[in-house]
Amino acid sequence: MSADSHAVAPHGAEPAFRQHHFINAEQQFSTSKLGMWLLLATEILMFGGLFVGYGLMQGVYPEAWVAGHHHLDRPLGALNTVFLLVSSYTMVMAVHYASTSNKAKTLLNLFLTIGFAAGFLVVKYFEYSHKFHDGLLPGRYFTYHGGGPPQQAMFFGFYFCMTGLHGIHVVIGMGLIAWIMMRTARGEFSSEYYTPVDLVGLYWHLVDLIWIYLFPLLYLVS
Amino acid sequence: MADILTTPKSHAHVEHHDVDYLHDGSLLSWLTTVDHKKLGVMYLWSILFMFFLGGVFALLVRLELFAPGHTIMDAESYNKAFTLHGAIMVFLFIIPSIPAALGNFVLPIMLGAKDVAFPRLNLASFWIYVTGALIAVTAMVTGGVDTGWTFYTPYSTTTDGSVALMTFAAFVLGFSSILTGLNFIATVHKLRAPGMGWFKMPLFIWGIYSTALIQVLATPVLAITLLLLIMERAFGVGVFDPKLGGDPVLFQHFFWFYSHPAVYIMILPGMAIISEIVPAMSQKTFFGYKATAFSSVAIAIVSFVVWGHHMFTSGQSQLAGAIFSFLTFLVGIPSAIKVFNWITTMYKGSISLAAPMLYALMFLILFGIGGLTGIFLGAMSVDIHLHDTYFVVAHFHYVMMGSTVIAFLGGLHFWWPKMFGRMYNEGAARVAAILVFIGFNTTFLPQFLLGSRGMPRRYYNYLPEFQFLHQVSTVGSWILGLGFLIMAGYLFASLRKKMDAPANPWNARTLEWQIPSPPITHNFHEIPVVTSDVYDYYKPFEPSVKGHH
Repeated sequence: MSADSHAVAPHGAEPAFRQHHFINAEQQFSTSKLGMWLLLATEILMFGGLFVGYGLMQGVYPEAWVAGHHHLDRPLGALNTVFLLVSSYTMVMAVHYASTSNKAKTLLNLFLTIGFAAGFLVVKYFEYSHKFHDGLLPGRYFTYHGGGPPQQAMFFGFYFCMTGLHGIHVVIGMGLIAWIMMRTARGEFSSEYYTPVDLVGLYWHLVDLIWIYLFPLLYLVS
Repeated sequence: MADILTTPKSHAHVEHHDVDYLHDGSLLSWLTTVDHKKLGVMYLWSILFMFFLGGVFALLVRLELFAPGHTIMDAESYNKAFTLHGAIMVFLFIIPSIPAALGNFVLPIMLGAKDVAFPRLNLASFWIYVTGALIAVTAMVTGGVDTGWTFYTPYSTTTDGSVALMTFAAFVLGFSSILTGLNFIATVHKLRAPGMGWFKMPLFIWGIYSTALIQVLATPVLAITLLLLIMERAFGVGVFDPKLGGDPVLFQHFFWFYSHPAVYIMILPGMAIISEIVPAMSQKTFFGYKATAFSSVAIAIVSFVVWGHHMFTSGQSQLAGAIFSFLTFLVGIPSAIKVFNWITTMYKGSISLAAPMLYALMFLILFGIGGLTGIFLGAMSVDIHLHDTYFVVAHFHYVMMGSTVIAFLGGLHFWWPKMFGRMYNEGAARVAAILVFIGFNTTFLPQFLLGSRGMPRRYYNYLPEFQFLHQVSTVGSWILGLGFLIMAGYLFASLRKKMDAPANPWNARTLEWQIPSPPITHNFHEIPVVTSDVYDYYKPFEPSVKGHH
């Protein structure tokens, strides 16, 4: 992952970012993009499995799902949705400015994206600690005394599994964006070559998209 | 992922044009190599070691079953032994065997490319595999696993032992498999040499491509299933536990949604190898190229809608059972298209009976038996009787070992001269091949009888009337072991020889045979331009690769 390349090759020479096994830069770009789309497909299928399990169990225990979701903080969930939606916008702008060789604005937008991601995690932290405090935990650790159907323990199993896996993706995304920022700061990208920014952008939109599904599924049951 | 995102330094300024890849770089440099050939070779040694380990467990299981009751181990060790045999063979050997070892080596060269699309991702995938293997070994020595390789709930959530760790190992290995598949799909789409249209690709590529589609689309579901299983053990969430209101059949649905396609991850690459060996060893144009190419894709597609045939007796509805049964029969169509096309390709060909072809012929016989008994089991009424008996064990061993492993051995003997630049002892190879064939059938044919007479699978003990057939089966496993011992002997012996393999020992026509054995690091001095069809044995050979002759 180190920076062993220089952004712009001397005029007329082979661009330094091209890997030896690609015939030209276009081939390299379209191959990288295909690879990223395939990776995103695997992500969707992985979360898809969770969605199916969640939906099936909701069909079996609708009352537990309704009772469980009343413990979730809707305004905070909505706030987080706004955070991620805006961060997707700033990510798009970052890719746009990278493709037009505007280093300062690329950096600014990447910074804002990371900021919103961090905001998301802070809100999530408060939500989680509240659940921990109330004993709204998965399975045998469910110690909530407020009553309600026992399968709420299963609901919270799904809640933590789905939001936890998504949270890990947010953290990975922040790491990737930070890494892209470093490379942008070093001047590695230009309108000639900004593939990594583009691909991290795609990944970040997926993280956003999954939350767009998670929010109504978990917070808006009734 | 790093590979998609970073810009590795160009290797173009380091020229090693005339050094073969085996002698390019120090021994230590292998550990961080991004060369698809070296990675293929490292995968090869890793999976062969796993095959040895899984084979030892198989021999122990067969030995235990030599007599009813306690023979060499107690019941609990027996449960662990067959679980480890299954888990090692499936997750650590067969799934990575052909794609990751032979596929990695051959696929880019066949396409006329210098490497796979994402070489560093390829390296990452290898080390993820090694990590997964180490976790699996840790699970074995710290308590073992006695659930069977399918990890069925609720047993797997209640039994002792290292189930969570073993599950995690399978989870990690799944990542390796996904990344390899992703890499191959991108390579096939984007890195074909100029002139190589989709229908000029060797059929091996079609098979590996179809496999890669399944790896990418099915494995993530296994990942989440295994994660839920780990959650289940760690927190008692209850999704799969009837005691807590969960549904154990849901686990089976999830598991087989991946694992049935995974069965085709295992067989498609085997078929892919046979599609290379048969035209080369018959010196004949492939009969029905397009039908065979599409049949691979068809098998990949159908693989996603047949998982319910594992659950005819698990309480799924009659209607679902009938639909799954019908869909299962569909698999027979593309499989039969392949078998008929291989046989027709051989018809009036100039057939050589060298070791790779012996394996291809064995494949045709054994896959015939394995495939057709699959149709028996896909019929609901028959399956009710045969479910969870040795008939099932015999069936899937005919497919997994009799077909996939035999095809793998055929491919290993076919490409060995290309990989290591050395010919093995052909006479010894034929003896070993025949011993494997006899040993295999002696081991598994009796199991069809045992199963149809009611011997349940996975049982430690059995009724005295089953003893004779069990003993025949155990003796067969010794013959098999002997065959593999001989094979290991002459293959290792060949490595001690001087490099003597010609570029094209089989007079074959795909691109890998037009470059030296072993290939140079960058495969080709210049990217080949493909003009002729891939198996055009009807006309004189016109090489597409320039600059090596």
